[in-house]
Amino acid sequence: MTDPRTEPAPEDSLSAAPAGSPGGADLTGAAAPMKLPRTGPGKDERGKDLIREIMTGSGLVSVLAVVVALLIGAVLIAVTDARVAAAAGYFFAQPGDTFAAMWAAVSEAYGSLFRGATYDPTARTWLGQLGIFETLTFATPLILAGLSVTIAFRAGLFNIGAQGQIILGAIFAGALGFGMQLPPGIHLLVVIVGGAVGGAIWGGIAGLLKARTGAHEVIVTIMLNYIAVNLVLYLLKNQLKDPASSNPVSPPMPGSAVFPLLLGPNFRLNAGFILAVLAVIAIAWLLNRSTLGFEFRAIGANPNAARTAGMVVSRGYIVVMLISGGLSGLAGVSQISGTERSLDADVAGNIGFDAITVALLGRSTPWGTFFAALLFGAFKAGGTSMAVNADVSIDIVLVVQSLIVLFIAAPPLIRAIFRVKSPTINPPTIKPPTISAQATRGAAV
Amino acid sequence: MKSVPASDTNLRMVATLKLELKGITKSFGSLVANDRIDLVVEPGEIHCLLGENGAGKSTLMNVLYGLYEPTSGEILVDGQAVKFSGPGDAMAAGIGMVHQHFMLVPVFTVAENVALGRESTGLGGVLDLEQTRKKIREISAKFGFNVDPDAVIEELPVGVQQRVEIIKALVRDARILILDEPTAVLTPQETDELMDIMRQLTAGGTSIVFISHKLREVKAISDRITVIRRGKVVGTADPSASTTDLASMMVGRSVNLSLDKAPARPGEEVFRIRNLTVMSDDGTRLVDDVSFAVATGEILTVAGVQGNGQTELTEAVLGLHRHVRGSITLDGHELVGRSVRQVLDAGVGFVPEDRRIDGLVGAFSIAENLVLDLYGKKEFSRGSMMNRTAIAEHAARKIEEFDVRTPSAQAPADKLSGGNQQKVVLARELSRPLKLFIASQPTRGVDVGSIEFLHKRIVAERDQGTPVIIVSTELDEVLELADRIAVLFAGRLMGIVPGKSSRDLLGLMMAGLSADEARAQLSATTTLKGEPS
Repeated sequence: MTDPRTEPAPEDSLSAAPAGSPGGADLTGAAAPMKLPRTGPGKDERGKDLIREIMTGSGLVSVLAVVVALLIGAVLIAVTDARVAAAAGYFFAQPGDTFAAMWAAVSEAYGSLFRGATYDPTARTWLGQLGIFETLTFATPLILAGLSVTIAFRAGLFNIGAQGQIILGAIFAGALGFGMQLPPGIHLLVVIVGGAVGGAIWGGIAGLLKARTGAHEVIVTIMLNYIAVNLVLYLLKNQLKDPASSNPVSPPMPGSAVFPLLLGPNFRLNAGFILAVLAVIAIAWLLNRSTLGFEFRAIGANPNAARTAGMVVSRGYIVVMLISGGLSGLAGVSQISGTERSLDADVAGNIGFDAITVALLGRSTPWGTFFAALLFGAFKAGGTSMAVNADVSIDIVLVVQSLIVLFIAAPPLIRAIFRVKSPTINPPTIKPPTISAQATRGAAV
Repeated sequence: MKSVPASDTNLRMVATLKLELKGITKSFGSLVANDRIDLVVEPGEIHCLLGENGAGKSTLMNVLYGLYEPTSGEILVDGQAVKFSGPGDAMAAGIGMVHQHFMLVPVFTVAENVALGRESTGLGGVLDLEQTRKKIREISAKFGFNVDPDAVIEELPVGVQQRVEIIKALVRDARILILDEPTAVLTPQETDELMDIMRQLTAGGTSIVFISHKLREVKAISDRITVIRRGKVVGTADPSASTTDLASMMVGRSVNLSLDKAPARPGEEVFRIRNLTVMSDDGTRLVDDVSFAVATGEILTVAGVQGNGQTELTEAVLGLHRHVRGSITLDGHELVGRSVRQVLDAGVGFVPEDRRIDGLVGAFSIAENLVLDLYGKKEFSRGSMMNRTAIAEHAARKIEEFDVRTPSAQAPADKLSGGNQQKVVLARELSRPLKLFIASQPTRGVDVGSIEFLHKRIVAERDQGTPVIIVSTELDEVLELADRIAVLFAGRLMGIVPGKSSRDLLGLMMAGLSADEARAQLSATTTLKGEPS
């Protein structure tokens, strides 16, 4: 005890101290609490909350979004169909004809989309009948890149850079593939690991910049996408160019460095799909069962609490971006060692951006991402069949995909806008949940 | 105090107003936040609404202020039924509200803030503040507010900002003033001044609805008290009712407010802070050259108005701050420069100030939150794999031991009430052997029933021989728990005084006087007035 003097504490000293006393009046001015903005990384901005709400809502929203998007797609198919237009010309004479034409147009289009993506008994060859395997082939890189976006998101990072990471993965895999001579098996393994490392480096750069300098990962990954695109173009004109070709393409991958085909030479489906399924299982385990996943999820859901509980948030950002980039790198491997068999500037196609939609539709869970990727694979596989058999533009698939994103993102967006519109209301007093928590549980007091 | 002629047209205090709420019900979906509430506020009275957090006080006042439309029931002003479709209507009817969080533009002057929303413009649309300035001076003089119309809000102390809010209401002819938890941000002295202002306002004919959960203040100022529990009026009380009775009405069962606490038996001073300085990124000293020690088996409480360096002090101990100078030792081991994990592993239990920001991951289950800083320990993981069984068993044990009211250990933490959330944080931090326990605001926003429980657990930890540091801005809590009290002001230690020190002494120290200066001033005041202290 520094001071032995003990003061009696009068019971009612609140009213005992007169305000007019020399102490009270002039001292209040000095008692201003210092306004100290709390510093340090991780004070979440509002945009993050919005993105989180969009990315992790209920699975039901995903299902409904797909259904509604397909319905609107149906309307577009109907109104652009020539037969419907013809029947609408005498709509008031025979309205039934118009509706019949609409039904015919939509059912034909979606029917051939579905059959093309799964099983089409009417196709002339049995190869053409089994569209399901083409669906799985298209889904493979989407699963891997979708997982990449998913895991980063669970740790609170919005990885827009899957595209660039796929390209880097493909560059590394390609360079190791056609640049080396190794025994079969080992060669493929080297290519897979190399591709993962390539993607991990590209993702890790964003993670490192985020952790060390606070640079926003969205900006950094977008910029890295541009760098990756131009890097692969440069390499294809110089170091990685196939001397036998006048185009900017690489030499073909040797047989020892490509994924074996699972169903013989008639189907494109290859062992890359098995790699993707294994990745889903591994990431599901990592996120839900491992201590590292626990850290990722804690950092993603509340970086402040994670920091206070002793987790190193900056290290978490770096590690998760390495893993995320590695997964995208594997998507690059699945392209170059699976379907493409050589490196060109378009090796990543649109996969890196579709992957964001896939993760969004999959609600940032590994298995959700898996099924969303299958759906998008089916759209791709069935879209061609729809264009050929039903004479409906393949762009309708793009419209449906975009509408899905819109419907998933829209409800929270609208709510967010609504909140912005009511600034006079004091959030802590108006929020019913605090009351509900006590009143509905009842037993609290 | 100067008196202003009663003929002043801007302050028609003669027109008193009687307010009645009849059967007000407000529901949000299936949830009934206010259930057939009747309330009568007589002209010129201070009517207190007492209830715990979430009892429905704020909802009721938002109904009265026109922010919510009641599901059923009616509001009568002087016997006339009125319908408010927005705060504008309520203001027009003579009802003003001072929110817990001030609605002021920080970079505007007092006059600009007061004029906001009803600015008068002169020739060519030029803002004319002269009228407003005049009114502010009049009101300020009449009630002794001591407010300069040209001062910029962000440079004013919180207590003065609150007066600006009151002026805003008075300028709009408010005859009923709703004060929502007005003392939460004030020092004890500022609280006293506010109460004087409230008395003068009622003497002038204004009625006041005072919302609070602090029993002492309610008893000191109210003319009548209405107690609300779970959306219903459970009764009215006289300010002469005992605090125990009021607390029991508020909670719905008998409550033991005074903590049975054996005298401390302090042992060796194992935790020491020497010349600790914490800087912000821009070089401001948040904690300024603070030194003290805490012994085993004692509770040191750190008192002070919010934002005077308490948060940074505790965060520095945990290793959350980058710019720390000086030394912090536990059992002779230096903690400065260690990572948070290393500090926790050294045996520090830490309850952060804001459980929802720093203490819990709201989206995580209770079970996960209970191992938030223990998940890597042997008992909860095998290698890199979480041991789900052990985590579930741990959760079941702690929920039982700390009486966490939840349907399941798998429920997300943000679905719990404040008190139960705080129990989860405390349960986690007390579930390993500790060499030091630090808790910031351990009972903020916690219901009275849980406060009792949490305080007992803290004292139990002390009695096991752990040095305990409690940071609190609530003087009641400081006095309740303390064996010794350290007071911080502007990051500096104003002194350490015994646990039974007077509120006046602490108040002066919280306003920036050293312990000796504060004592000198107190004895001077009492000599002047010829009263025993």
